[in-house]
Amino acid sequence: MNDLTETRNTVGTAAPHESAHLHVSGEARYTDDIPVPDGTLHAAIGYSLRAHARIRRMVLSHVEAAPGVVAVLSAADIPGDNNHGPVVHDDPIFAAEFVEYVGQSLFAVLATTREAARRAARLASVEYVDLEPVLDIDTALAQQSFVLPTRTLARGEPAARIKSARHRLSGGLSIGGQDHFYLEGQVALAEPGEDATMVVHSSTQHISEVQRLVADSLCLPATDVLVQCRRMGGGFGGKETQAALIACIAALGAWKTGLPVKLTLDRDDDMHITGKRHPFQVSYEVGFDDAGRIQGARLTLASNCGRSVDLSDAINARAMLHVDNCYYLSDVEIVSHRCKTNTQSHTAFRGFGGPQGMLLIECVIDDIARYLDKDPLEVRRANFYGQDSRNVTPYGMTVEDNIIERIVGEVETTAGYRDRRKAIAEFNARNDILKRGIALTPVKFGIAFVATHLNQTGALIHVYNDGTVLLNHGGTEMGQGLHTKVAQVVAQELQVDLDRIRCTATDTSKVPNTSATAASSGSDLNGKAAQAAAVTIRDRLIAFAAQKYGVDPAAVIFHAGTVTIGSKARLSFAELVHEAYVGRVSLSATGYYRTPKIKYDPVTLTGRPFFYFAYGAAASEVVIDTLTGESRLLRVDILHDVGESLNPAIDLGQVEGGFIQGVGWLTSEELWWRDDGMLMSHAPSTYKIPTSYDWPDEFTVNLVHWGRNKEQTIYRSKAVGEPPLMLSMSVFHAIRDAIAATAGDQPVQLDAPATPERILAALEAVGIQSSSRAAARRTN
Amino acid sequence: MPANGNDTAAIRFLLDGDVHVVHDVSPTTTVLQYLRDHIRRCGTKEGCAEGDCGACTVVLAELVNDELRYRATNSCIQFLPTIDGKALLTVESLKALNGGRLHPVQQAMVECHGSQCGFCTPGFVMSLFALYQTIDNPDDDEISYAIAGNLCRCTGYRPILAAARRMYAVGRKNNAAWEQRLEKLLTAIRVTTEKRLAIPNGCYTAPSNIDELTARLAAAPESTILAGGTDVGLWVTKQHRDLPEIIYLGNVKELGRISQTDEYLEIGASVSLTDAFAALLEEYSDLEEIIRRFASPPICNSGTLCGNVANGSPIGDSMPALICLGASVVLRKGADVRILPMENLYLDYQRKDLAPGEFVAAVRVPRWREGQLFRSYKISKRFEQDICAVCMAISIDVVDGHVSTARVAYGGMAPVPKRADRCERALTGAAWNPSTVGKAIQALSRDFRPITDVRATDDYRLRVAGNLLRRFFVETDQPDQPATVWNYAAG
Repeated sequence: MNDLTETRNTVGTAAPHESAHLHVSGEARYTDDIPVPDGTLHAAIGYSLRAHARIRRMVLSHVEAAPGVVAVLSAADIPGDNNHGPVVHDDPIFAAEFVEYVGQSLFAVLATTREAARRAARLASVEYVDLEPVLDIDTALAQQSFVLPTRTLARGEPAARIKSARHRLSGGLSIGGQDHFYLEGQVALAEPGEDATMVVHSSTQHISEVQRLVADSLCLPATDVLVQCRRMGGGFGGKETQAALIACIAALGAWKTGLPVKLTLDRDDDMHITGKRHPFQVSYEVGFDDAGRIQGARLTLASNCGRSVDLSDAINARAMLHVDNCYYLSDVEIVSHRCKTNTQSHTAFRGFGGPQGMLLIECVIDDIARYLDKDPLEVRRANFYGQDSRNVTPYGMTVEDNIIERIVGEVETTAGYRDRRKAIAEFNARNDILKRGIALTPVKFGIAFVATHLNQTGALIHVYNDGTVLLNHGGTEMGQGLHTKVAQVVAQELQVDLDRIRCTATDTSKVPNTSATAASSGSDLNGKAAQAAAVTIRDRLIAFAAQKYGVDPAAVIFHAGTVTIGSKARLSFAELVHEAYVGRVSLSATGYYRTPKIKYDPVTLTGRPFFYFAYGAAASEVVIDTLTGESRLLRVDILHDVGESLNPAIDLGQVEGGFIQGVGWLTSEELWWRDDGMLMSHAPSTYKIPTSYDWPDEFTVNLVHWGRNKEQTIYRSKAVGEPPLMLSMSVFHAIRDAIAATAGDQPVQLDAPATPERILAALEAVGIQSSSRAAARRTN
Repeated sequence: MPANGNDTAAIRFLLDGDVHVVHDVSPTTTVLQYLRDHIRRCGTKEGCAEGDCGACTVVLAELVNDELRYRATNSCIQFLPTIDGKALLTVESLKALNGGRLHPVQQAMVECHGSQCGFCTPGFVMSLFALYQTIDNPDDDEISYAIAGNLCRCTGYRPILAAARRMYAVGRKNNAAWEQRLEKLLTAIRVTTEKRLAIPNGCYTAPSNIDELTARLAAAPESTILAGGTDVGLWVTKQHRDLPEIIYLGNVKELGRISQTDEYLEIGASVSLTDAFAALLEEYSDLEEIIRRFASPPICNSGTLCGNVANGSPIGDSMPALICLGASVVLRKGADVRILPMENLYLDYQRKDLAPGEFVAAVRVPRWREGQLFRSYKISKRFEQDICAVCMAISIDVVDGHVSTARVAYGGMAPVPKRADRCERALTGAAWNPSTVGKAIQALSRDFRPITDVRATDDYRLRVAGNLLRRFFVETDQPDQPATVWNYAAG
């Protein structure tokens, strides 16, 4: 046991996901898989079928009388706060007077089986008095329908600089939302405990918020609600706030009946009820010089927040703080409208507003390039942040770690961008029906929660006297490999094999007051907290060994499962631990971490909201069909910056998965609401996320091998969850490039997602009626 | 040890290679519900309960011509009684099959980092297992197709595609003894007579031959006819409908056949899409794209061509092509048989020329004929597994530069799959040139008045319907010019 020469699977190695062997064998236990006691009740939600109405009368007698029904819950049954809103008190668990979207929860049924509950939920008779719904951003803007006041961030004299610039352009686009489509739907299981306590198993990214909202709704102190989550079947932001409603209903049912209650949402219900990525309407007015360098810009971001505030303040703030992407905007005005509509309350989704802001500036750059008849890459470069000057963001933060020139340069080379651009132009000249396009777009993404106080977490480590290590921390596992990375950190610090460490379910009784696992911050925060706890224990062991064996503490060396104690002894980690136990040394420690340096004023929207930036760039090539608007991704070259990778296999997985998820957002994933406010793309039959066929034939992904975080993050790594999603902007711009091939130097008007229909519309807008007409002419 | 499979009171199937007997379960219990809720075997996941995400994928093995055949299926919409007499393999079965160690498919997924959140993983493992058991050296498209019905939201698929190649290197198939046992037990539980499962207010009947079927239909003409269940399954999981009387066609031996004459191919009502497509492809290689994009392997393994035709959805992908090829339907009621041109089956939205108790017993597709120019196209937001905005099929013969016959049919353009009569007239007899194509396109706006819905606007549908005629012209006139992004990418 103490013959190890190398510690396996510590920091920097491609350790498999800690649950990989359980995933593949079906043994990984998700919330819906937890064995439930006999007598467990199943819940189903009855929801509004109207987008905006006053509830005149709700008759639930048929629901109550349905077979298997044990109880029906509505607003009057809630002893405490009828609210699951995370920030503002505006999200009722059950609507009582008004409904404001199709899908808004009205009541819940508890029955002996899930099927009985779901059948009964359809039997309610609700009389509505319809009110005029607001279903899109334009209407909301016209009616000044906002969930929060409009915010503006300005620097310099944008209006004057636009006016005095040699060239001016204006434009904009509409950007669709995105359903999270986590494969595991929303689910919670609540079990009443003794003395009016409650245990909730929730598939959530935010156990502490579920704890608080359940406690508030049941008038319980936080001590009496324990929330646990071992793993989620995907989250992507969709289980940051949206899990709370599900958990609150299950807990209310358990509180009311004294029996365990499970609420598992059917996929269609999940898509009707829960919020999505915010749809945006964005527009701009820009002045620039002959090189395409932006002199002044006025950027407007109007988002569809849906019916309530949820996280919309922070999401729209992040959109404002990312509208610069990699570009220096000396004189700029950024206006953010937060529209209230009668749709689902839109929420966190990987990127958190950043993607929509960044897409706007990339379209501005693209339009400038078309206007000047330049390669868009040239215009991008002309606007990049500088190293020593032109390096302050509109919100006043100096970009100190700028590596975008180098990353873009490397992708340009490895992708063979220039040669391929020529080859594509030749292809396009020869072909009338199919057109190819290429684009190379950069990413700069700010890392930290914009709400400064959330940038803290804790960890708890127990070392048992057989030398095994139990690890717990404030982050949740949704597939991103957080538990693996944090365990690798602990393995590194204690110099034990990864398989001696068990990471347990995230649990409010182990680490209190956790933040959501979000903002890409999971490993940055929890890695540091766990490191602190491990170091505490290691230091105690060192002090103990030094004293016991009479050596200098510096001579106690942990390496590869072995502890060398000067020249006096060489013990296995387990042997030393056992000796320490006998010597009455505490083998349990907490760790705590808060992100340094950040300081942000949410009133003026200025300061240093981010600890550092993560960078990346992607070159994508597509082919489009000018007859149908169909498109296909042909080749992608990515270089992405994860600092010093904690685990290159996991990081690669985040980059690839984030990229494809972004491609879905910008191409095939279309949310479509009917005129009455009913979401019609509410299942995988009608809402199309990418399949394996959409993975391009040629795909090269590299992690920046020279990367090292300038800031003192955990082992100098960088966060990776969100930034790669925005590499997908290269695909959207490659499509624009292919459309532009038919259009000369006109800017391309393409909305997102670039479905075949939108691509065809964009082709027609630039004057192509039908390129086969040309083909037909040629054959005549 | 149970008696043979003909004991009508129970459902019998093999699970992990042992006979598993089920009494007293509602016939509309899905395989997934049974696994998760009844026997608490939770490895198999529910992602959508409609057969569109693949998290619930399991493999069914059965004896076909005395050989074991493994096929992936969506357990979320498959009713439990329909696996009577078959062997069910779930993600839990694989370790059991491999001496308690991870199966090569599972091992490859671990080594390639093919799981992140892990929720879709059991489904991928089972789709890959079906591939592993069926094809020895799959090419890229065979791999891609094998997992066409599995959605992953985390990985971007690259590591899963890598695992599909890797699994063959991890370990070769070595389960002859286990397969022998499977064959022996499958023979023992084989179902050869009519099976009835009585429920309090109805009955699930699985006739074994056409006479039993017609007798049962005569006795209960309002019965729900169940073949693949890829549509009926959703009536239960999504609409929560009661289906008291069900007649399952899967065991009717006469309906499971594909036969050929000099004039036509005849595909019986319980022939799976997978088998039907294999036969059609031999005759019409131009159907390849539409077949590739029709549905996932689990859906094609369960669903039937006749079910697709009988369902008559305006957006069904098979009907435009079949109508265009001059297919007909064989309708049967008792001993009476009628044969209708397929397009005449569809009267209006969800209304068909079918009498109570009458059912689609077979589809007849004419044999390929020399000189016929035929194509079928599908336009949707995603290449794989999407419902079309527009589906178009066209078949013409060009003699001396003129169109001698033309059949053009569309899906997604009308309440039913429909021929474009005016368009066909504009083509027939005219010179095969762009001017004629233009006139045919003009005619389309008089043939169709499409709607706007989640898939496309009316305007886009009409525009693309016409542009697909242009594509067809270019493809037949300038075969060297790449005319679709899919062909281009493949080339």
